[in-house]
Amino acid sequence: MLSRNSFIAAGMLSILLGLSACASKPVEAEPPVTRDPVAEAPTPEPVGPVPGSLEDLKQNVGNMVYFGYDQYNLTPEAQATLARQAAWLQEYPETRIRIAGNCDERGTREYNLALGARRANAAKNFLVSQGVDPARITTISFGKERPIDPNSNEAAWSKNRNAMTTLMSSVGS
Amino acid sequence: MMSGRKSFLAIIFTALVFFASAASMSGALAQVRIDITQGNTNPMPIAVPDYIANDPSTQGLATDLTMVVMANLERSGLFKPIDQRAYVQKLETIHEKPRFADWRMINAKILVAGEVVPLPDGRIQVNTRLWDVTANQQLASIGFKTPPENWRRSAHKVSDFIYKTITGEDGYFDTRVVFVGESGPKTNRVKRLMIMDQDGANPVPLTDGLDYDVLTPRFSPTQQQITYMALFDDRPAQVYLFNIETGEQESIGTYRGMTFAPRFSPDGQQVVMSFERGGNTEIAVMDLRTRKIRQLTNNPAIDTSPSMSPDGDYITFSSDRGGSQQIYVMNANGSNQKRITFGDGRYGTPVWSPRGDLIAFTRQYQGRFYIGVIRPDGSGERLLTESYLDEGPTWSPNGRVIMFFRENRPGGPVSLWSIDLTGKNLRRVPTPGESSDPAWSPLLN
Repeated sequence: MLSRNSFIAAGMLSILLGLSACASKPVEAEPPVTRDPVAEAPTPEPVGPVPGSLEDLKQNVGNMVYFGYDQYNLTPEAQATLARQAAWLQEYPETRIRIAGNCDERGTREYNLALGARRANAAKNFLVSQGVDPARITTISFGKERPIDPNSNEAAWSKNRNAMTTLMSSVGS
Repeated sequence: MMSGRKSFLAIIFTALVFFASAASMSGALAQVRIDITQGNTNPMPIAVPDYIANDPSTQGLATDLTMVVMANLERSGLFKPIDQRAYVQKLETIHEKPRFADWRMINAKILVAGEVVPLPDGRIQVNTRLWDVTANQQLASIGFKTPPENWRRSAHKVSDFIYKTITGEDGYFDTRVVFVGESGPKTNRVKRLMIMDQDGANPVPLTDGLDYDVLTPRFSPTQQQITYMALFDDRPAQVYLFNIETGEQESIGTYRGMTFAPRFSPDGQQVVMSFERGGNTEIAVMDLRTRKIRQLTNNPAIDTSPSMSPDGDYITFSSDRGGSQQIYVMNANGSNQKRITFGDGRYGTPVWSPRGDLIAFTRQYQGRFYIGVIRPDGSGERLLTESYLDEGPTWSPNGRVIMFFRENRPGGPVSLWSIDLTGKNLRRVPTPGESSDPAWSPLLN
């Protein structure tokens, strides 16, 4: 809070200084300036997110796998996504991940906490079967408590039945 | 974090029966008794004039106390308080017989005559006499001494006294409810532990919701203690104990995986709960004195939501070992696990009644949720409520009322409701905001 306030204060100060500089600037005609033509600098080419980052995982690999109602078996699509995650994890061997199991709202709280744990572990077990060191993976269940789509319809529920992979905050810690 | 906590539990009640002339109850009961096992379509008309307060210092308090008693009786569904404007006799004292004909004229069956008297030590004495208006006699009487600021609990004590006199069973008005106060959008909910009186008065947050969410709080049957599950963002959920009087919290579920679905044993000395390891969920029991843990189930299914019978001999729980989530009963040592529900759909959150005769549950069937009850042997299933989402039943300490939470329509707000065991008297329980996971306390002392 303090640093935020001092930041704002510094900003105000620089605005005031700028204003006073403008005000004191003498008004006079600018002499014509001759200069060499400037070649246009090359535009930096966007290449997407930093390799090995969560954004990289999301965009180029896929960090979500989805489940059927009250299911925790991995669909072929989920297995394909997890196979890509496994390859990505081999490519960035210092990364550690957390897999969160989530459920739709069509179940009781306690059962869904258990079901979310099943989903997270199903995803983890697949990654381990692909050669990922289990020590790099932690699992967590949020049951039905952390929906990504707030709506109450089949489209929302199918999104909320997932195992979500994220990176642990500090790499290599 | 605990700044908002109130410590009114420290206030001790003194109850005394003060009228030597109290009539024998057995003779009078036949006339006015309510059989609460029956669905009560005709609540008993009862007159509750304002408690008499001859001292100006207690007049406002006496009126407030009367209103709380009336509201309790009305909400029970067993009584119909008669509008005070209809009363013919204005009581000047509670120490003389009322004019019974005046009360029969307005169809009262019971008259509650009360007074609030200031005591020299600064406390108040709340005196109550119950009159059987039909039999022209006193049913019973009781007095309470308490600090004036504690008048609301006096009102609940009086309500419990009336309930017990007329029904023959303990009431549930001098009780509290812990629950989860919910705020924020569904995708970013904050869930705080809260506590209030059973009628919704005095709601107080017990956690701030900043570091973790609280789910499934449950009252100790014997102490001012709660067990709940804390849901963290960065590590698996854990079972906690929370001392209401001191505000102290401690984790008792320090396994490697998640621990959840805690409930106290009837003696308050153990907690049954689920633990998860490698994606598999089992039931275990922890002795709170030794902190030793014993695993009770062992199979690849989801075994969760354990609840002990009031005699401590059995545990009911939910399991999907048969393919879908159903309710089971086992011995408290884990032996003799038997399925008791076989209906369509799924059954969860079994909770043993404090009376021992029934198990309340949540049932899901074709996109609807129901609260129901079933006998421990699997017979006599009855559904009491239905909505888009009804979940998490909790019993009043006398086993006559069930509280639960409801989301009436998809995406709608969640709120607390109560229903009588008879399936009648559905009521919204007032809370300051969206609320879920209610748990009823035992009767306070």
